[in-house]
Amino acid sequence: MAAAWALAPGLRTLPRDAVAETRALEAIATWAGQFTPRVSLEPPHAVLLEAEGSLRLFGGAAGLMARLRSGLEELGFDALAAAGPTARAALWLARGGTQSLEALPVEAIDAAPETLELLQRIGIRTLGELMRLPRAGVAARFGPSLLAALDRASGAAPEPRTFFMPPERFSATLELPAPASEAERVLFAARRLLAQMEGFLAARQAGVRRFTLGLLHRGRPPTLLDIGFSAPRRDVEHCLRLLRERLDRLPLVCPAEAIRLEASGLAPLVDAAPGLFGDPRSEAEGWERLTERLQARLGEARVHGLATHPEHRPERAWRATPAGGAAGAAEAPPGSRPLWLLEPPRRLEEGDFAVLAGPERIESGWWDGEDVARDYFIAARGGSLAWIFRAREGWFLHGWFA
Amino acid sequence: MTVPTASLEAILHRHPVWRGAGLAPAARAVPSGHAALDRELPGGGWPAGALTELLCARHGVGELQLVMPALVALTRAEGRIAWLAPPHLPYAPALAAAGLRLEFLTVVRAPGRRDALWAAEQVLRAGACRGLLLWLPRAGYGELRRLAVAAEAGAAVVLVFRPPQAAQEASPAPLRLALEPDGAQLAVRILKRRGAQLAAPLRLTIPRPVHAVGGALLSPSRPRSAVARLCLA
Repeated sequence: MAAAWALAPGLRTLPRDAVAETRALEAIATWAGQFTPRVSLEPPHAVLLEAEGSLRLFGGAAGLMARLRSGLEELGFDALAAAGPTARAALWLARGGTQSLEALPVEAIDAAPETLELLQRIGIRTLGELMRLPRAGVAARFGPSLLAALDRASGAAPEPRTFFMPPERFSATLELPAPASEAERVLFAARRLLAQMEGFLAARQAGVRRFTLGLLHRGRPPTLLDIGFSAPRRDVEHCLRLLRERLDRLPLVCPAEAIRLEASGLAPLVDAAPGLFGDPRSEAEGWERLTERLQARLGEARVHGLATHPEHRPERAWRATPAGGAAGAAEAPPGSRPLWLLEPPRRLEEGDFAVLAGPERIESGWWDGEDVARDYFIAARGGSLAWIFRAREGWFLHGWFA
Repeated sequence: MTVPTASLEAILHRHPVWRGAGLAPAARAVPSGHAALDRELPGGGWPAGALTELLCARHGVGELQLVMPALVALTRAEGRIAWLAPPHLPYAPALAAAGLRLEFLTVVRAPGRRDALWAAEQVLRAGACRGLLLWLPRAGYGELRRLAVAAEAGAAVVLVFRPPQAAQEASPAPLRLALEPDGAQLAVRILKRRGAQLAAPLRLTIPRPVHAVGGALLSPSRPRSAVARLCLA
């Protein structure tokens, strides 16, 4: 440490956080569940994937490695990745950074410091050289543990591993490197958590109907952004767009120190193969995505469908339905109804209407305490046709025949 | 030696020359349902993939009934229609009575002008709607231009309802109509179209809840003498 400070006087040091390290490994393991169910942790700094059964799906070892590398980068990790015939061999190769076990420096293998010193003294630099030494001699000089490790690496001895069990619901927290008050920086960090969630969901072939991004502040309750979908989703870009709409409209009162992403309501998500000649579902899906975006920015209640409702009181003869939802059976109202309805009816203080038709008496609702007794008329003012009514309280304008 | 003869019409057809007397052929249009209007609209209906402005001073003159036949045709063909920033609630019983399939309608209420413009652009860019009805009390040329570009990317009929003062401002919409009540009919003036100007307004008969006699609005069920003048104090 003293030497490091002497070399770089401006060096900032941070204490090592073992809990955070474990959390990071678990986050990677959760994400990696999309490639193979057989993921195991190798604390303090490795995650092992048994991927033989998944190679064809991901385009061979090279294809899988490329996916792993780019995915880990998206999660924000700088990873050394290597593939080997056994778990131990892969771990050593990742540590040593060589292509083959033959050329691997002995420092990369799990061996005690005194063993390494002894190996160096007798001129053994690579694993290949070590393997060519007589087994009996190795056992006698270095003890049985080194030989056992070599056997596990070569596959001569089995190495049973316990596989990582991902949690049932997704929850991940990310500390921000510095408190962020701009939407852009929060989104940048959120992308990492969303990528992690995508892996978690892909492993289950599931999507989420709802997720919550919490912005954690110092000394204040967290700001929660709740995003809902009409159908299960796991696409990072789509989630990110919805978050952006929400964040753009959210005044950040104080900077976020960390963000937390939580998802529940997992639902199976079937990957649809795209149709050859355009997909009729794609328009419907485009519509769903559109309503989700509109709702994310404007609020869920501001985007809705329409349905009729069997009820005499005009203001209750319709229902707002979930956007894109199916409407109830249409039912013809008894009299003429205006295309525009004023909510609430506007009291008519002055102005002259020529009554043209009516009255249509509507008396209803005694059972719920909001009973109405009204005489409705169709009336003209200028060239406009209005729907007006007379009640105990006076005259009201309730609609326009547009 | 004979020179191949070609009619003037054929030559004119071969060259993309626009002639002032005719109407530009619109690529796609949805018939308005009013024969007299369709004859005067380029393409024979409301243009798809372009803005149409409807300038109207007040509510209740039949501005929605004018576009209703086209909307009914769109929802019958299972096309979605978005009602964006409407001034009042589109009333479901009346819409259903007019023949619209309600399950294809969506109401989007935008709290502000910027939200309305943003939402309109999203709807147009998503390409998931066949019709967009948009109420814009105020809009700048640049904002409308943005919408026009977004509309061109899709095939939706885009009807923008604006106040009559907007007629004084320039607009990128290729079709602009002014609507005024005219007795029981609706007078439609074509302010702008791709083609020759039309001087006289079209007088269209649109469905109204009461019938008209001699230019005055009158109830079908009551004799003329029963028209009461109602003064509301």
